[in-house]
Amino acid sequence: MSDHSSEAHSHGSVKSYIVGFIWSVILTAIPFWMVMTEAFDKGPTYITIVVLAIVQIFVHLKYFLHLNFSQQGKLDTYSFIFSAVIIVMVVGLSVWIIYASNAMMM
Amino acid sequence: MSALLGKLSWDALPYDPIVITTLCVVAIAACVIAFLVIKNNLLGVLWNDWLTSVDHKRLGVMYIVLAFVMLIRGFADAIMMRLQLALATNGDPGYLPPSHYDQIFTAHGVIMIIFMAMPFMIGLMNIVVPLQIGARDVAFPFLNNLSFWLAVSGAVLVNISLGLGEFAMTGWVAYPPLSGLEYSPGVGVDYYIWALQISGIGTTLTAVNFLVTVFKMRAPGMKLMDMPIFTWTCTWANILIAASFPILTAVLAMLTLDRYLDFHFFTNDGGGNSMMYINLFWAWGHPEVYILVLPAFGIFSEIVSTFTGKRLFGYKSMVWATASISILGFIVWLHHFFTMGSSANVNAFFGIMTMIIAVPTGVKLFNWLFTMYRGRLRVTVPVLWTLGFMVTFTIGGMTGVLLAVPGADYVLHNSLFLIAHFHNTIIGGAVFGYLAGFAFWFPKVMGFHLNVKLGKAAFWCWLVGFFLAFMPLYVLGFLGMTRRLNHTDNPDWNIWLYIAVVGAFVILAGIICQFLQLYVSFRDRKQNLDTTGDPWNGHTLEWATSSPPQFYNFAELPVVSDIDAFTDMKEKGTAYVRKESYAPIHMPKNTMAGIVIGGLITAFGFAMIWHIWWLAIVGLVGSIVTFVVRAYTKDVDYYVQPDEVARIENAHLDNVAKG
Repeated sequence: MSDHSSEAHSHGSVKSYIVGFIWSVILTAIPFWMVMTEAFDKGPTYITIVVLAIVQIFVHLKYFLHLNFSQQGKLDTYSFIFSAVIIVMVVGLSVWIIYASNAMMM
Repeated sequence: MSALLGKLSWDALPYDPIVITTLCVVAIAACVIAFLVIKNNLLGVLWNDWLTSVDHKRLGVMYIVLAFVMLIRGFADAIMMRLQLALATNGDPGYLPPSHYDQIFTAHGVIMIIFMAMPFMIGLMNIVVPLQIGARDVAFPFLNNLSFWLAVSGAVLVNISLGLGEFAMTGWVAYPPLSGLEYSPGVGVDYYIWALQISGIGTTLTAVNFLVTVFKMRAPGMKLMDMPIFTWTCTWANILIAASFPILTAVLAMLTLDRYLDFHFFTNDGGGNSMMYINLFWAWGHPEVYILVLPAFGIFSEIVSTFTGKRLFGYKSMVWATASISILGFIVWLHHFFTMGSSANVNAFFGIMTMIIAVPTGVKLFNWLFTMYRGRLRVTVPVLWTLGFMVTFTIGGMTGVLLAVPGADYVLHNSLFLIAHFHNTIIGGAVFGYLAGFAFWFPKVMGFHLNVKLGKAAFWCWLVGFFLAFMPLYVLGFLGMTRRLNHTDNPDWNIWLYIAVVGAFVILAGIICQFLQLYVSFRDRKQNLDTTGDPWNGHTLEWATSSPPQFYNFAELPVVSDIDAFTDMKEKGTAYVRKESYAPIHMPKNTMAGIVIGGLITAFGFAMIWHIWWLAIVGLVGSIVTFVVRAYTKDVDYYVQPDEVARIENAHLDNVAKG
């Protein structure tokens, strides 16, 4: 006990947090601007919101949760991907199951 | 009065003569044990060395004791059911009225899965995993102790239900609407909910604890792909626990809200849908069966490679097969409710996924066979269990593939064919595995050998009894007998029911042999000491310690460069080397916080069941306060001094030298 191998995990620098923050602000501001000014039709607006939201997820993962594929960070990244896969499978298949059985009741 | 005692009243006391007799026997047994403990002045030992211990080995032993106690309870339920079914033929009502019988089959399922198999598996994992990875304890020793007491808390609640009130009459799955307030207004389902909820949280904490342990505390040099195979299978089981037990926690919480606060998640009216419960329950329940069986696979792997004196065939394929089973185990759960009536596409998808699981499992079976091939198999008791498993589990697996065909499942679901199938895999897979592991690691943990004759007798009784008890159930399933029947009136079924009850009694003989074996081995322990610490010529690091292992496990953390780390050390001559000096060892102190929190949580659960709100608040707040106080306690560790380490190590090495 207590002889934990001392792996110094990177918790990011001020610079990386600022970079992440700026990216997040940009990725939030663009859809906000699109919605407020109604510069585009509904269709393209929706698509942009969803795409930028997904991009922002990756920005958060990289700059705030520090997921990476370095020797030390690999384990965290893989466990994150594993959890994500399990959640997507369980939730996705559950939706399919309940939706299909509901449709059979109609 | 009702504010003080909630729903609790004199009516909660049992009136059934069977229950009263049982309670009297339990009370007498408890008095005898208490008397023996006090007479032999063991109270201090019990409290200081066991109940408050944070040592993973002692917690493991206590888990296995819990598993054996609950095995007796669960098996008593089983043999009562078989007797009832053998007596209640040709329209005879038998000796168990339906309400009692329904509680028994529910309790049997809950106890055998949650309070027998899980503690047995977690107990073996507790004892072996830290030793196998060359660690001195788990990552969070106090949390480990707390997990154990939460498991005990759940077990205590299930047992209280025998004497106060009733247990659920819903089957171990507790499907709503039957388990909803409308159809189960009593406290039975509440006992079920709180027992599972509390022990389930303990299990989740265990998984987190052991995942951190294997990822952060492996011996220097041990890469992930150097981990012993049992540790690997336990790790996958822990990943499954961490991913699936929260689903159980959530679904039970929703059922709780339905029953306590008039929510409508699963009710027929108010927009609820009971199918959601069934879906979520099995999204946990299916990974759960792999949680039970994967560590058993690991045990068989260790045993086969140890007793053939060979390296395990296909170590890497074994790890990846375990990984595939774990991930596939998450996308097959619908096969438990093919008949719910989802679309044909849904059923086809889940049917095919289920069949695919047979592939990695087959890989494992062939790996064991290839390990044995041209090895010199020493036929010891653990090996007997392994061989028995390979035959039995293969049959169970094949009937599983049969049930995975949705069309066949429509005919066989809810029949005794299903009951035969899952007992075939759980007994033939998980239980045989745990008993193999028990025989395998017993000398390591206790320091003396188990009696071989009684061990072999226990195995043969279990094996023969299993086939006698469950093969007839396959036939009965084909003959159309459904599960959970209280009495029957079909002369064609009688003979098979009679054979099954004989089988149950043969298994009983096996269990008696098991306990007799413990008694005889303990009595003759002086003649059967294991002084070397390595009775089987083992491959992995747990055999590098003395038997029982030093409380700090390793005086110096071993440096690992091979999968079979201890074989490697023996070959290089670095095993059993006397050191000039030792460094102080940092160890955790025992704590009573775990047992106190466990007690308070038991009170909380009991109070929630009986709607004694003041006690519920006391229990919950008390346990949280105890936890916070413990979290801010500074005095939690100490150092074992080098001279004490040297004394213990030299005594062990002297013993080894004597042989």
